Amino acid sequence: MLDKVLFYFFAGIAVASAALMVTRRNVVHSAIFLITALLATAGIFLQLRAEFLFIVQIILYVGGIMVLFVFVIMLVNLDVALQQMQFARQKWVALIVALALAGQVGVMFWTSGKMPGQGLPVLTAVAANRLPLNSEAVAKSLFDSYLLPFEIASVLLLVAMIGAVVMAKKRA
Amino acid sequence: MNATLQATLEFLKLYWAPLLCGVAVVAILPLIVGYIVLVERKIMADMQARLGPMRVGPHGLLQPIADAVKLLIKEDIIPEHADKLVFWLAPVLSVGAGLLSLAGLAIGPAFQIAQDINIGILFVVGISALGIFGIVLGGWASNSHYSLMGALRSSAQLVSYETAAGMALVSALLFTGTLNVKSIVEAQSKEGIWFVLLAPVAFFTYLVASIAETNRAPFDLPEAESELVAGYMTEFSGFRWSLYFLAEYTNMIVVASVATTLFLGGWLRPFAGVSWLNFLDFVPPLVLIAIGAYCVLRVTKQPTRVQQLFMLAVAGLCFVVALVLAAPVVLPVIKPSLREAVAPFYAGIHGGFWFIFKVSLYIYFFMWLRFTIPRYRFDQLMRLGWHFLIPLSIINVLLVGVALIAGAYFQLHGWGLLLVTTPAAILALVAAFLILAIEKQHDARQEQTAPSDFYAG
Repeated sequence: MLDKVLFYFFAGIAVASAALMVTRRNVVHSAIFLITALLATAGIFLQLRAEFLFIVQIILYVGGIMVLFVFVIMLVNLDVALQQMQFARQKWVALIVALALAGQVGVMFWTSGKMPGQGLPVLTAVAANRLPLNSEAVAKSLFDSYLLPFEIASVLLLVAMIGAVVMAKKRA
Repeated sequence: MNATLQATLEFLKLYWAPLLCGVAVVAILPLIVGYIVLVERKIMADMQARLGPMRVGPHGLLQPIADAVKLLIKEDIIPEHADKLVFWLAPVLSVGAGLLSLAGLAIGPAFQIAQDINIGILFVVGISALGIFGIVLGGWASNSHYSLMGALRSSAQLVSYETAAGMALVSALLFTGTLNVKSIVEAQSKEGIWFVLLAPVAFFTYLVASIAETNRAPFDLPEAESELVAGYMTEFSGFRWSLYFLAEYTNMIVVASVATTLFLGGWLRPFAGVSWLNFLDFVPPLVLIAIGAYCVLRVTKQPTRVQQLFMLAVAGLCFVVALVLAAPVVLPVIKPSLREAVAPFYAGIHGGFWFIFKVSLYIYFFMWLRFTIPRYRFDQLMRLGWHFLIPLSIINVLLVGVALIAGAYFQLHGWGLLLVTTPAAILALVAAFLILAIEKQHDARQEQTAPSDFYAG
């Protein structure tokens, strides 16, 4: 009961603020709604008892990336930006892609449970106290089961970081 | 309808205690913050050889109440072209983040609002970092250049120093292997040594980074009054301004509590595992009784009747707290059969006392630094963060990790771990001096080639 209420609460906030994010004209307001959307997603993670994902979402996306976003937004001149054409004019392409995506998700829902091995997997509920501890489980899968992909991703990020530093460095 | 009611009752039955604690924290915290401000003003006055607030109550003890009333009835001004909604939201966001992060802290083994959350310390750090949005959005919404400059500085400062603080936390967490707040303190009790001794460099890094993150002097550039009026708070007045103030002090309490939990042994008494030092349990009530007695002695010196009464009230408060602290240690001495019965009370009350005591010491250190060190310039601050603290903290994480592997290899525990962590700390210190030397060389070369332009960095 409480789970359902919380899920619809967070999901509603996420969807509504995502919609508001793309429709606001003021960039700072858009950023605020993006923050609420991210926070609501974090709430859904928490409701799924994935505490580690919840806090990583908050620390990295909200506390890190969005702070930088807002920082950059404040550095640019908003008055000039408001006079320029703000919205992309590929409405029809966007509509078709969005409909295709919605159709895909719909097919997933439609086929799930009808045939074994098709659509969304149906998981059985487990009591909260029998779940493995979340951060420990994440650590185990990252550094044990998927060590190589994790390291490859780290190296990729390192390369990107060094690239950014080299690009930003003043030529002496 | 009936089902909803039942669900609500079920919910309340499960969560009445945390809800009540939450309400209590929200209600009491402003008062505590008010008195922290008074203490800060008194300490500042002491360090500058003057008296500080003396008028309202004996030694200004009622000053926080007077200040609160003043702030509440002040006119609430919103600038003309301000973004009203964001202007309203920003201070609330700042306070909300600070208060929410308090929920994850364990003040003694008995008091924790959100009990045994798996992500523990990360929850506290992550949620309290959200308070920055209050500052940035407030600065933007006031439609003033000073505010915007303060907000920009604040976000740049937070982003720079969060890495160093995070790395310092990682070095301490390496010893515990858990994020749970209670388990972190229990790990320190099991090892019989506080992590500040095992990871002194990490503690130093966290200390500096936490001052920068809470925007306190000498790193209070977002509100540097000599350059930016009051920074992001320039356009805020009355109640909104006091919310920002509350947020700043709540954040101070939060970083102090995180440092206490991770490095200073949380709620553990100094030498908690040494049984022949158990008489230390009697020290806090005795000290409080002494303070109370001093207050009673001073009553006759107070000029007015109200002040005399208030002094007596302070003495009474001291005696009551001393009684509460003394009861669980004195009762087993009188009647040994009670030892089992009072054990949880002993743990809860004395744990809470030591935790609050350590947090107060940490905050006192903040104030001490504030009145001792002059404010940094913004480029100096950025350089300290990026060129010194971040490399040092990364090197320190590496060294602490190596030390831990060596400790596991030689099967060292407790104080024995010092054998491997001290060389690691010394190596980190050497690294720090190396970084400084490289910086100096770099500076010398720069000065030869280009005229100084300190806004360029």
